[in-house]
Amino acid sequence: MSGSPNNLGAFRIKGAGRLTPARTARFTFDGKSYTAMEGDTVASALLAHGVHLVGRSFKYHRPRGILSAGPEEPNALLDVARDSARRQPNVRATVQEVFDGAKIASQNRWPSLAFDVGAVNNLLSPFFAAGFYYKTFMWPREAWSKLYEPIIRRAAGLGVAPKEEDPDHYANRFAHCDVLIAGAGVAGLTAALSAAATGAEVILVDEQPEVGGALHFDASTMIDGQNGYDWAQATAAKLAAMPNVRILTRTTVFGYYNHGFLGLAERVTDHLARPGRDLPRERLWQVRAKRVILATGAIERHMVFANNDRPGIMLASAARTFLNHHGVTVGRKVGVYTAHDSAYEAAFDLKRAGVTIAAIVDSRAKPGEAVVAEAKRLGIEVLTGHAVLDTSGRLRISSMKVARIGSTDSRKIAVDALIVSAGWTPSVHLFSQSRGKLRYDEAQQRFLPDIYAQDCVSVGACNGTDEIAALIDEAAAAGGGTVAIGGESRFAWTGGMIGAAEGAGPDTTVKAFVDFQHDVTAKDIRLAVREGMHSIEHIKRFTTNGMASDQGKLSNMHGLAIAAEMLDRPLPTVGLTTFRAPYTPVTYGTLVSHSRGDLFDPARQTPMHALQAAAGAAFEDVGNWKRAWYFPRRGEDMAVAVNRECRTVREVAGVFDASTLGKIEVVGPDAAKFLNLLYTNAWDTLKPGKSRYGIMTREDGFVYDDGVVGRLAEDRFHVTTTTGGAPRVLHHMEDYLQTEFPDLKVWLTSTTEQWAVIAVQGPKAREIIAPLVEGLDLSNEAFPHMSVAECTVMGVPARLFRMSFTGELGFEVNVPADYGAAVWTAIRERTEALGGCLYGTEAMHVLRAEKGYIIVGQDTDGTVTPDDAGLGWAVSKKKTDFVGIRGLKRPDLMRDGRKQLVGLLTNRPSDVLEEGAQIVADPNQPKPMTMLGHVTSAYWSENCGRSIAMALVAGGRARIGQTLYVPMQDRTIAVEVTDTVFFDKEGGRIHG
Amino acid sequence: MLLIHCPYCEHDRSELEFRWAGEAHIARPETIAEISDEAFAEYFFLRDNDKGVTYERWRHIHGCGRFFNAARDTVSDRFLMTYKAGLPKQPVADVAATEQTIETYEQTEGDAR
Repeated sequence: MSGSPNNLGAFRIKGAGRLTPARTARFTFDGKSYTAMEGDTVASALLAHGVHLVGRSFKYHRPRGILSAGPEEPNALLDVARDSARRQPNVRATVQEVFDGAKIASQNRWPSLAFDVGAVNNLLSPFFAAGFYYKTFMWPREAWSKLYEPIIRRAAGLGVAPKEEDPDHYANRFAHCDVLIAGAGVAGLTAALSAAATGAEVILVDEQPEVGGALHFDASTMIDGQNGYDWAQATAAKLAAMPNVRILTRTTVFGYYNHGFLGLAERVTDHLARPGRDLPRERLWQVRAKRVILATGAIERHMVFANNDRPGIMLASAARTFLNHHGVTVGRKVGVYTAHDSAYEAAFDLKRAGVTIAAIVDSRAKPGEAVVAEAKRLGIEVLTGHAVLDTSGRLRISSMKVARIGSTDSRKIAVDALIVSAGWTPSVHLFSQSRGKLRYDEAQQRFLPDIYAQDCVSVGACNGTDEIAALIDEAAAAGGGTVAIGGESRFAWTGGMIGAAEGAGPDTTVKAFVDFQHDVTAKDIRLAVREGMHSIEHIKRFTTNGMASDQGKLSNMHGLAIAAEMLDRPLPTVGLTTFRAPYTPVTYGTLVSHSRGDLFDPARQTPMHALQAAAGAAFEDVGNWKRAWYFPRRGEDMAVAVNRECRTVREVAGVFDASTLGKIEVVGPDAAKFLNLLYTNAWDTLKPGKSRYGIMTREDGFVYDDGVVGRLAEDRFHVTTTTGGAPRVLHHMEDYLQTEFPDLKVWLTSTTEQWAVIAVQGPKAREIIAPLVEGLDLSNEAFPHMSVAECTVMGVPARLFRMSFTGELGFEVNVPADYGAAVWTAIRERTEALGGCLYGTEAMHVLRAEKGYIIVGQDTDGTVTPDDAGLGWAVSKKKTDFVGIRGLKRPDLMRDGRKQLVGLLTNRPSDVLEEGAQIVADPNQPKPMTMLGHVTSAYWSENCGRSIAMALVAGGRARIGQTLYVPMQDRTIAVEVTDTVFFDKEGGRIHG
Repeated sequence: MLLIHCPYCEHDRSELEFRWAGEAHIARPETIAEISDEAFAEYFFLRDNDKGVTYERWRHIHGCGRFFNAARDTVSDRFLMTYKAGLPKQPVADVAATEQTIETYEQTEGDAR
């Protein structure tokens, strides 16, 4: 079958189709080399070479061919690669355009497509009925994840995702327009002409490479005296020249969301042999349209009969597309099985192209008179009131078994292809996604748009408007302008039949496929009903009908009809499953766009980040921040480094990057009044030049955030928050300021990133910074603990806090972010010269725990009051209002026995507790034990020479001195309850 | 994605720029320290969560930063109006007709349960 470079395929019909033979592309399929024409899809190129067998089915591994010529394709899912990294599984061969050098492979077969070991499943199919997996692999439970699931997943599956990183890039654009039109067939183009004439901004979208929609196959339509397809191209050129029109081809409207918001996926390079490196592979368009016109057409349904899935059996419209657009015939001797006039047109086109039509088998007694007459004129045998009862052929159909309906007298007709049509299903997917309500059209057995939820209108085949003249009028009116177009066509988009055909009824056991991609047969749907599934939603999940990547574009209506018949209920009462986005699969790359790698969740870095990285810091994530965790020296592991840092801070001094702390500038004549309302503490008593530790509670009385607040002037406060809490604290403050206390004259500004903050902590802290600070007396008398001042540091305007989160003499130097690195370097050099060091967040955690300073969110959990945390002193008794004042008086917050923060010392000093471990009074009590609380913080303290811990324990402060127990998996650790200060209990060092 | 009209900026902007901020027109009691447990529960914990028209607060957090009020139909997700914080609850036109047009879960999934 493989051909020379000039062999475009034995099934090309000379003179047919719209492709240019001069422009060819070479590709391989399962290792064999083929030549295609530019404009071929993978499907049309394979069919040109007579290749119908392209895949194995999902469950039974049955040989499968190309069923359609569009996005509804359930069978021909292939693996398409440019190179090992640029490889995509599950690509629909009917949509993918061939490009030179494409490496294409079939899926779900081993060792080869023609001989597939998994096909044994087909013989075992009596065991694989719907619901089989649910019932069979119930137990033992452990075997599911270890044994059953891996095997089932390997045997029943689609393609394999590439393991390499995607080297392509993807783009993202936003657009606004007056009118978005989905679909550029006759209806969409007419609506676009009409809307564009009014001056409206129009975006016209179509998933195919060119406009034209059904005109790709329907050669019978003439518009304004011109061949329909040619009219479409000319119209698109005219529209494209208008400044208010944008045409997007190879672009799928995959989602229609609230308020005229639509998601579009544009395939930019997948059809190019050598895409420019600057081009994105795909582009996501997020469009906000004032109005949407849906011109999405209709999708042809297959016939449901025994063995209707053999390669060579395909939709009539697909065969017509391959012939009239690609110039390829799907066989030499083609049978037709239909319940709709439109399949006749396919037969006529094939016949005129010189292909033998074996017979037209029509399940209807009375087809349209015009098509019967034309068939007679062309000499095609028409068998009305007949059915195809079965087919034969291992890897391709070879014959069909035909009988008059109701008769068992059958005749075998040899064919190499069978084209089928049960009629047309309007594409109401986007309408449904917009939350519009459908109605059931009983006469045509189809669902049509009824009540709109958004500013949207459906036109043409997707609205049940079947005749071309009416369709053009409707589309022109929808556009809002006036256009005069005359169209004529032999084609009508009427409904046809739904459900199982003759020979596949309830009394049969044949395999008549409803959903090809998930191997669901008519029998499976009936079984689901017998098993008690009475809603289509249940039937869908039990059988997996319509749950594959084609989302039931072909199978939904057939499945519904079979279920309704079985339930003996009117079809609309059985329900229609909800259409959800995306309309067709969208790659993750398109959705993720630029938000990958470093841009997936961008990390925040402080001005001193690079210097700390150069100093060998290990970093940890705190919120979005990267914080220096510890600074290991040569040969040090984390524990050794942290112990050294902790010891050095208390013996000499350490330098710490505190820039990530949230900072909010609170300014205005009512600033103190405002802070009085937001914090539990009193702020009006704080004098300028002083700072104070503040606690913020929520209205319910629980601790929300904490931090040091400095008063720089009567009307100016420098508020700090926790690193992670900064955005929500500002939001919380703004909420109260804007909506509860709007009369207060206060302005809030986030200054977190304006200041670089360098903490210098330890006995030599003053000595370190003194030479760098200008215009400020740093002595204990002039600048005691909890002082704040504006000064200059190395000539840079600075805010200097005397404060401590270590219990040592300490300062926090705030300088504008741009000067952070320079000041950091100077302070670091002085510190190291005096024997100090850099320290990270881990040492900071240990040092603060040695002093019993809490971390909100670690030692509190949203159910802890200030008193529970031992911070009752920070709650003003004099204030008449603050956020939380009432919540704190709730009975449960005032009762005895609440969990309180205490210290724990393990009996064995070397035992370090695990944070989160539970605490009990009696380790020998029967299970479930009564748990008193849990460990919130636990560390090895080098300075104490033992482990330390903090814990929330019921009635904790009353238990000081008691022994409690922490049961672990392998042992029970006895602990003594203590207060929370483990180091320098007198607290003298802070005033050093 | 919702399209929201900021009454301060006087522009329609994408939902991405906003943050929902709970039910509207719940005033913090002026004498909150003195109110009963029941009144506090009513104020702080209990919310109506109506189906249909609800009054709620939004903040144009990635825009002007202002909190404002909105009347939204939770069935259709339509914003019936937005207005500045501090204004009294604004009446909205009869939305029964709107609601009727909307596909609910029950309507979508059929009556076969």
